[in-house]
Amino acid sequence: MITDRLARALDDRLRLSPIARRALAKVFPDHWSFMLGELALYSFVALVLTGVYLTFFFEASSADRVYHGDYAPLDGATTSAAYASTVRLSWDVRAGLLIRQTHHWAALVFAAAILLHLSRIFFTGAFRKPRELNWLIGVTMLALALANGFTGYSMPDDLLSGLGLRIIVSVVESIPLVGAWLASLALGGEFPSDVMIPRLYVSHVLLVPAVLVVLISLHLGILVRQKHSQFPGPGRTEHNVVGSRLWPSYTLRSLALFAWVLAVLFALGGLVQINPVWMYGPFQPAQATSPAQPDWYVAWGDGALRLFPPWEFRIAGHLVPAPFLPGVVLGGVTFLALYAWPFAERLRTKDRRQHHLLDRPRDHPARTGIGVAALTFYAVLVVAAGDDILARLLRLPVYDLLSVLRVLVLVLPVLAGLLAFLLARALRRGDAAGVGALTRADLRRCAPRPAGPSEGGDGPGGQETPAVDRPGGRIEMWPEGDAWHWRYRDDAGRLVVTGNRAVLSRQEADSAARLAYPGVDRIVVPGPPPAAPAGPIRTALRRWGRAMAAGSLLLAAIVDRRRDRRRQERERADDTAQAEDAGSTGDGRT
Amino acid sequence: MSIRRPPPAERAASRRIVAAFLTGAAGAVGFAVTYVLGGDTRWEGVTLSVAFAGLAVGLSQWGRHLVPTGGYVEEHEGFAPPPFEQTMTTRALTAPDSPVRRRGLLAALGLALTALGAAALFPLRSLLPFDRVRPVRARTDTPWGPGVRLVDAGGRPLRPQDVPADTMVGVFPEGHVDAGDGPAFAVRLEPGRFSRQPSGGHLDGLAVWSLLCTHAGCPVRLYLRGTGRLLCPCHQSSFDLLADARPVAGPAARPLPGLPIEVGPDGFLRAAGDFTGPPGAGFWSRP
Repeated sequence: MITDRLARALDDRLRLSPIARRALAKVFPDHWSFMLGELALYSFVALVLTGVYLTFFFEASSADRVYHGDYAPLDGATTSAAYASTVRLSWDVRAGLLIRQTHHWAALVFAAAILLHLSRIFFTGAFRKPRELNWLIGVTMLALALANGFTGYSMPDDLLSGLGLRIIVSVVESIPLVGAWLASLALGGEFPSDVMIPRLYVSHVLLVPAVLVVLISLHLGILVRQKHSQFPGPGRTEHNVVGSRLWPSYTLRSLALFAWVLAVLFALGGLVQINPVWMYGPFQPAQATSPAQPDWYVAWGDGALRLFPPWEFRIAGHLVPAPFLPGVVLGGVTFLALYAWPFAERLRTKDRRQHHLLDRPRDHPARTGIGVAALTFYAVLVVAAGDDILARLLRLPVYDLLSVLRVLVLVLPVLAGLLAFLLARALRRGDAAGVGALTRADLRRCAPRPAGPSEGGDGPGGQETPAVDRPGGRIEMWPEGDAWHWRYRDDAGRLVVTGNRAVLSRQEADSAARLAYPGVDRIVVPGPPPAAPAGPIRTALRRWGRAMAAGSLLLAAIVDRRRDRRRQERERADDTAQAEDAGSTGDGRT
Repeated sequence: MSIRRPPPAERAASRRIVAAFLTGAAGAVGFAVTYVLGGDTRWEGVTLSVAFAGLAVGLSQWGRHLVPTGGYVEEHEGFAPPPFEQTMTTRALTAPDSPVRRRGLLAALGLALTALGAAALFPLRSLLPFDRVRPVRARTDTPWGPGVRLVDAGGRPLRPQDVPADTMVGVFPEGHVDAGDGPAFAVRLEPGRFSRQPSGGHLDGLAVWSLLCTHAGCPVRLYLRGTGRLLCPCHQSSFDLLADARPVAGPAARPLPGLPIEVGPDGFLRAAGDFTGPPGAGFWSRP
């Protein structure tokens, strides 16, 4: 009732219904992997919400400040304002530690969700035409997420983050020709400079988040414009999307996911300590913590710095220091490769068609193999970032472990990639349903063919798997009131999917059905399928609605009567006052 | 309106949903109470988590059991533009009077914009204030110099006997304890064990080197007693002090620069000059 009136009132003023009807009926594919991007989106929302709260208490300055508060070991100590305010935020601001830890956990989850989302897009070929643009935006957002995670991590000016910042500065300085200048411009002087924390702060809370918001809007706008891709399946073609509608199904499910994200993040933030800066102490140039590990999403860089051999060389007498190759070049190559992948793949496969049906990882063994190899490579680097801890746990000398890791980082990716390639190819050729059901025969069947990641690219896997032809499938159309509906029914009648929105005429229904299922017979059926019965919620809401309506009517009546009575009283009082006025003036006159 | 009794599955789902939302509400109340009672981070987290988990369970059950899921299809017109529209759009863009046909003017405009873009880069130079030392000099020069006394972290000057045998003492240039490139360390080793003389010289086995790792600039804080070796906690570079702090393992490629020292007339240790090379990580113009 109320929703109906509110919607009408809004629509009468803004004429939103033509857009809103389409938007509410937008179809999302029902597959869990489509939620990974939402996971990232909601962790970003959590980051913004908790981050805004933190800005009220964090003081981005390296000026001296004396800390007075509940954390006894630092009480009365002089540190930078950034550090002191972070300790104060954690110990003396009620709920401050919860929000701070939740913020940090949200950053970790954000980066993880982006990585998972990116992997899903990669392995299913969802970056192919026409979605290359969104791939580029997504990769940019990954880079920004990593950068913003790092600046946020560095701002408290504690000993651990100070080390991290120093390492990054060293990596930037290693860039030939411009390194020292770049680092000096960014820091406004030599490390540690007095403007470094305010600059980190501005980029962390304003610059990068603003760019992220713009890119997220673009990402979602393009997604809505291009519609979702989907896995192949019965009733699914290159010209349709099969699944549930935004309203009500995905509204509820998506809000549920948002609530899940917040529930998990707050549980982590409350129960699992993260980045206890008061234990590390304030940054001092001559102090270091041990062990020193960065957050997981920059650990691959740290691992690369640890594993790379001590190679430095000179170009025309100028030094190219050791961190240049593992730090700058590896990072640059990583992101260049990510940016270039859709175009490189297209160059190789010569496939310029549009794809709205996704590959399964097995459909494209070469891509799967390369992806698995890359993920393995970065996983080994992440492990290498903890080599000192690992060595202690395994009771091994750290340099023995280092030698092993140096071999593994080159060998494991090749092995894992090759294995993934062979498995994917066996799965594609054979009739096994999953990896578990693969037999030796399946593997042997493809063994004689030369195995190499370059081979599968132009094979049948590189091409679009054509949607299975549907003989016997049919479209049914029927009028209902002044609207026309249509649905698709496959041969056996097991699958019935309904057109997502009603249209005005039979022609419109016809053209929509023709678009979604080209070449399928269309018939007009007399009656609609039975309507879904009203659920208990709806019944309860109706009952509630009626009770509310009656209640509000009653309330309105009471209020009205009281107002009437009060007005009468006031009028009566005014009358008497006027009478008195009149009396007094009358007196004056006399 | 006739009220139909819903099927039992739906009723069960509704009951679960209501229970979940009530749990969520209880969690929210619990959070408020925890906050008012003084706020324990763990309980705040748990109660808030319960509040959102209740919402999440209720909403997801609702979405799964009480509303139609799946079974819809949306047609997809693809992205092949209608040929007529495409032709007319391109024709409109490239009409005879279209600005894109004025190649000469466009070139001039491009020049102006490029100049403006290039000029807009200049103020970026202000990020490094002009009164600061230029980057390469800043990296080469440190607060050390002839006559600068060695002090400890508390600012107290050191005598040679303040450095005990086989341990490392952090030392700083007097007056610049917080300088980023100043930290150094003093150790006393047996002069006979030096396989390579310290680049900064030594006073009866007492030698001083820069504390900053030549790999990525971390302080090389871990002294492995007895071996004369130093380990960096960041990337496990190891330096052999008996061989003039040469890197012996890990990713560092250059030895730690040494600091020439002497004993001043007041009996305190002082530097006889700057480090033998720029301290810390390498850079392009490093000599």
